[in-house]
Amino acid sequence: MSKLSPVLSAHWDEADSFTLEGYKRHGGYKAATKALAMTPDEVIALVKDSGLRGRGGAGFPTGMKWSFIPQGDNKAHYLVVNADESEPGTCKDTPLLMANPHVLIEGMIIASYAIRANYAFIYIRGEIVHVVRRVQQAIAEAYAAGLLGKNIGGTGFDLELVLHVGAGAYICGEETALLDSLEGFRGQPRLRPPFPAIAGLYALPTVVNNVESIASVPAIIEHGNEWFQAMGTEKSKGFTLYSLSGHVKNPGQIEAPLGITLRELLELAGGVRAGHTLKFWTPGGSSTPLFTAEHLDVPLDYEGVAAAGSMLGTKALQIFDETTCIVRAVLRWTEFYKHESCGKCTPCREGTWWLVQIIRDLEAGKGTPADLDKLIDITNNIAGRSFCALADGAASPIISSIKYFRAEYEAHLSQGGCPFDPVASTIFATAGQP
Amino acid sequence: MSYSAEQISIMDSIITRYPRKRSAIMPLLHFVQSISGYVTPEGIEKIAEKLELSTAEVTAVSTFYTQYKPEPVGEYHVGVCTNTLCAVLGGDAIFDAVSEHLGIENDETTKDGKVSLERIECNAACDYAPVVMVNWEFFDNQTVQSVKDLVDGARAGNPPAPTRGPKTLRTWKENSAVLAGLSDGLAGEGPSAGHASLLGLNLSKEGK
Repeated sequence: MSKLSPVLSAHWDEADSFTLEGYKRHGGYKAATKALAMTPDEVIALVKDSGLRGRGGAGFPTGMKWSFIPQGDNKAHYLVVNADESEPGTCKDTPLLMANPHVLIEGMIIASYAIRANYAFIYIRGEIVHVVRRVQQAIAEAYAAGLLGKNIGGTGFDLELVLHVGAGAYICGEETALLDSLEGFRGQPRLRPPFPAIAGLYALPTVVNNVESIASVPAIIEHGNEWFQAMGTEKSKGFTLYSLSGHVKNPGQIEAPLGITLRELLELAGGVRAGHTLKFWTPGGSSTPLFTAEHLDVPLDYEGVAAAGSMLGTKALQIFDETTCIVRAVLRWTEFYKHESCGKCTPCREGTWWLVQIIRDLEAGKGTPADLDKLIDITNNIAGRSFCALADGAASPIISSIKYFRAEYEAHLSQGGCPFDPVASTIFATAGQP
Repeated sequence: MSYSAEQISIMDSIITRYPRKRSAIMPLLHFVQSISGYVTPEGIEKIAEKLELSTAEVTAVSTFYTQYKPEPVGEYHVGVCTNTLCAVLGGDAIFDAVSEHLGIENDETTKDGKVSLERIECNAACDYAPVVMVNWEFFDNQTVQSVKDLVDGARAGNPPAPTRGPKTLRTWKENSAVLAGLSDGLAGEGPSAGHASLLGLNLSKEGK
């Protein structure tokens, strides 16, 4: 039997997988019908018991998040789906929504019913226009079929679903910045508490979930917890999308039970590109501390990756081989965090700026040995000292790269520049193209 | 310029999507770009009037987000991903070559107004690196030559089709309308998924 478990991606190879007809052919919207026949509390309990945890990075139990919404408070509640996929290396929600937007809509109907929300939003990043088209069309189809709007399926449950398109700000993937952005302000994070479950969108109780988390709900409702829990590990249940990119023979999406290792995934993807060896990789995007070849057998679940000193994050496995300069890679990520720092908190705004200056000098061979200690000092002074985790993310590649590749930073100093040939790390070098 | 009655009625319909009207500021900014190609002072004033905000409040939002352009961009806005992974795999080489080919730098537009160039951050298509976005459509697995051909085609009025997108490449203004929430009826074009998206599914069908 295959060790892979395509659930979310099971029908992406069908030409009409993104249409209502294509989705219904494989039982689409049956889970919503089933859930709407249960009580909202029963739905929350089922999702809580399933062990489903957030797929957007933090791994918080999804059902528990739903249960935090105060009930009987006579206030409007909101569901907001975070489709602002922008963490470097992360590319799972985008193909999911391109190929099957209806699974998200069905999950949103179920989740909204459970938390007693009659208004729901998808906050999608603005730089993926064809995905926007697919989601727009799916919402229109769902309204036309009576799956959204007033009195869904004669159950008395009403749900309005709005697609909100972002405009190019990584920080809006942070849930409170996302809410500010959705309210029509600059997307800057809020101090917590209060958490969104108490004071979220328009200061009303709000659940913010990642696309993949919500898209996983219909299958759980349909097949039950025993089926879901048969996949994954003790505390990390179920299936998930792993995204392999970089110096790998066949990059792409592999849906597998949680707990698979990079060694297994690389084997499936044809290995590191021919003639080269693994140097470093990110387990869950650039904000998660780097791993090296010594971490090939770390189980890629929430506990396994944390125990090895990083985070599962978004399961964005960016693979770099021995031709890649670690200083160049880290500099580019650091420039990204500087560019995306929203400017609200001084340590992050100023700290990321200075980190870039120092690493630029180091890469150009103009730094000093004291700069490495200064980098660590600055990262220690910005991580954990801002409203959100952007600065923590900026610190991750710097601290982990110095831990594993200090000698390579020092080689830039002793050689007065970068010892690597950037051409060797391009895919053109492999393919023989100009 | 003044906005037509039809444009005003579209703005009103955008505002009614939301429980509170200020939330409509982002789609309204996309809509202004679909008319003028960038965020014009007139657009800022109209949005402020519609949402009962000051122009300073609307400008503060507009300038926060990189997709809202303070001045005109090309009919075809070319974004080359130069975040780490794409840069290492060839994005840096592509950006440098295309910049030299067009004679323009980051955030500049060719004199004929056809093509503008931008270094973009990770665009959620890392398994198709190096990635180039034109008017926010995916051009996957690019090379220096393919992007030179792309911009030459765009300047000549016949750009190639996106890898995962409509059969013909839409203009910057046309795609801005989609981002404002106006359907162009093209969702059905293009593949459900690209080859890399199907890696795991195909492996599972082989019994792996």
